[in-house]
Amino acid sequence: MSETLIDATWLDYLLVAIYFGFVLGIGVMARRSVSESIDFFLSGRSLPAWVTGLAFISANLGAVEIMGMSANGAELGLPTFHYFWVGAVPAMLFLGVVMMPFYYGSKVRSVPEFMFRRFGTGAHLVNAISFAVAQLLIAGVNLALLAGIVRALLGWEIWIALIVAGVVVLSYITLGGLSAAIYNEVLQFFVIVASLVPLTLIGLHRVGGWDGLTDKITAASAGASSASEAPPADQQLNAWPGQALSGFDSPLLSVIGIVFGLGFVLSFGYWTTNFVEVQRAMASDSISSARKTPIIGSFPKMFIPFIVIVPGMISAVLVKEMIDLKNGGSPEGGASGEGVAYNDALLLLMRDVLPNGLLGLAIAGLLAAFMAGMAANISAFNTVFSYDLWQRYIRKNHSDDYYLRIGRIATVGATVVAIFTAQIALGYDNVMNYLQTLFGFFNAPLFATFILGMFWKRMTPTAGWVGLVAGTLSAIAVDRTAAAGVFELSGQGVAFLAASVAFTVDIVLSVVVSLVTKPKPASELRGLVYSETPREERTDPHEASYPWWRRTLPLAGISLAMVIILNFAF
Amino acid sequence: MTDTSGTSDTSAAPHKAGAFDIRNIIGALMGIYGVILVLAGLLGEHEPDKTGGVNANLWTGLALIVVAAVFIGWARLRPIVVPEGFDRPDDDPTRPAPQRKRPPTH
Repeated sequence: MSETLIDATWLDYLLVAIYFGFVLGIGVMARRSVSESIDFFLSGRSLPAWVTGLAFISANLGAVEIMGMSANGAELGLPTFHYFWVGAVPAMLFLGVVMMPFYYGSKVRSVPEFMFRRFGTGAHLVNAISFAVAQLLIAGVNLALLAGIVRALLGWEIWIALIVAGVVVLSYITLGGLSAAIYNEVLQFFVIVASLVPLTLIGLHRVGGWDGLTDKITAASAGASSASEAPPADQQLNAWPGQALSGFDSPLLSVIGIVFGLGFVLSFGYWTTNFVEVQRAMASDSISSARKTPIIGSFPKMFIPFIVIVPGMISAVLVKEMIDLKNGGSPEGGASGEGVAYNDALLLLMRDVLPNGLLGLAIAGLLAAFMAGMAANISAFNTVFSYDLWQRYIRKNHSDDYYLRIGRIATVGATVVAIFTAQIALGYDNVMNYLQTLFGFFNAPLFATFILGMFWKRMTPTAGWVGLVAGTLSAIAVDRTAAAGVFELSGQGVAFLAASVAFTVDIVLSVVVSLVTKPKPASELRGLVYSETPREERTDPHEASYPWWRRTLPLAGISLAMVIILNFAF
Repeated sequence: MTDTSGTSDTSAAPHKAGAFDIRNIIGALMGIYGVILVLAGLLGEHEPDKTGGVNANLWTGLALIVVAAVFIGWARLRPIVVPEGFDRPDDDPTRPAPQRKRPPTH
């Protein structure tokens, strides 16, 4: 046992315990069906858009957002805001305005299912396998971060913390935490906001406000030692052109890299094909609410960077170890046990500025987010493994009980595998680099195939799977070439490039293959392809009677205008 | 505010979502946290060197109590009405736990 990173008292543990009491209590009641109201809230297609909108954001406000973005903020500064304003909001609006009617109307439960209906077996098999692998790898990221907190609190060895965290997630799934997913996610959102807002405000107070923060970043950068790899201060303090993020020296290339690589391919790929999130919108009460779900979610999403990235930046000038790390040193400690990393920025800031009490609130929020995140990955893996892979390709026509047993084994198996994939995640100093790499492998080609298949009825089933395979392979090739040192891009530039290449290869090959193979008959594409779906199936007949602030398009317009203003302001 | 509210007067016995309305759950959790943090702020150690002199527990606690009041007030003013005969949720079929025991529907 080594010394603990965070000193929590009984008060902090009480706040954590209350949270889990709430979550597990609702989970158990939901499973036993004791209250008609809970059943109502959890039944499909009954929720108002503000609830699904918050759940939508919350499903994403996990490890990636909180630890990854604060790590990125500490390392690179303001360019990280692009992940929200360029890399999320436009894609969320596109999902709501254009894509959601197809999802809501076709009632598919998973991405592979949509692939099966549009392209048939080949694309389905490829996509189901790559989706299952991606979920296992991302579950590993969540588990690694969860174990990091356990280690920071209790000082255990990292591998013991990993196993314990795995067992905790497994019992959370088993006790029914997932049955009450919507309640959990909305509660989690409020707990996280309630702890991160004070963290940001106190942090700003400590460094002397926004001016104090910029002065300190400028001073730290001016006095940096030669070992420091931190970008110059003006790059850290302006969102554009963001060379620190994209890794390109040229400002023009950097802007192109961010807009096309991050803003278009990675972000559209992530938001429009990520069913862990899209499913939240499917629980809403009408096609209009489903479309408004990501749009309503985009409003809090715009302001979340202020409470995750800014604390990271504060941490880099206020916390002793972080200052040392950014100055090229390699301080001892950190959640992984192998020295402080940027991933520790938020935990260290919490240690330094939050009094006991608020500290407990913050720990509850982080534990909840990572646990729910991993549980969602495992549940998504489970659905795809049991039904899309096992039932369709390995053992058809068995009893429901049989597939249920397979599902249980898959859940336990996935947790064990995640303990090993967590090791890969622990090898990255900044977990964001790893995640963006994964998204480039899996989401970028998927998005290319989706978007082409949705708007071009000529696209053939063969093109579906060929594009996916070639896209993923080309992204992996780019990543491995960079890893071998053939070319060099700092920040998340390699991930942006790999995603862009995967997207382009997928589109080009899909078009070429489509032109020489036979398309599906138009009658089978209704509800799946834009031109073959009647307008009535894509819109809500009641929508026109709503006041403007409850209609999809005006809301999307306001959101877009706000995000453009934010881009100019920073 | 919600698509399910506002039409309650038409049915004979409107069944309100009540304590399990998601807004009441949010209000309850935020309220409990608020009270605990206010007490911690008033009675506990102040730790001004961490926060730079602000009593962070007290202020956060007060803010949370306000948030709780807003959510509970909203749920009171515009209750969500549970309609007759909605589709009960399916249990997640892949979850490794005892399935919910539900009486067969008619």
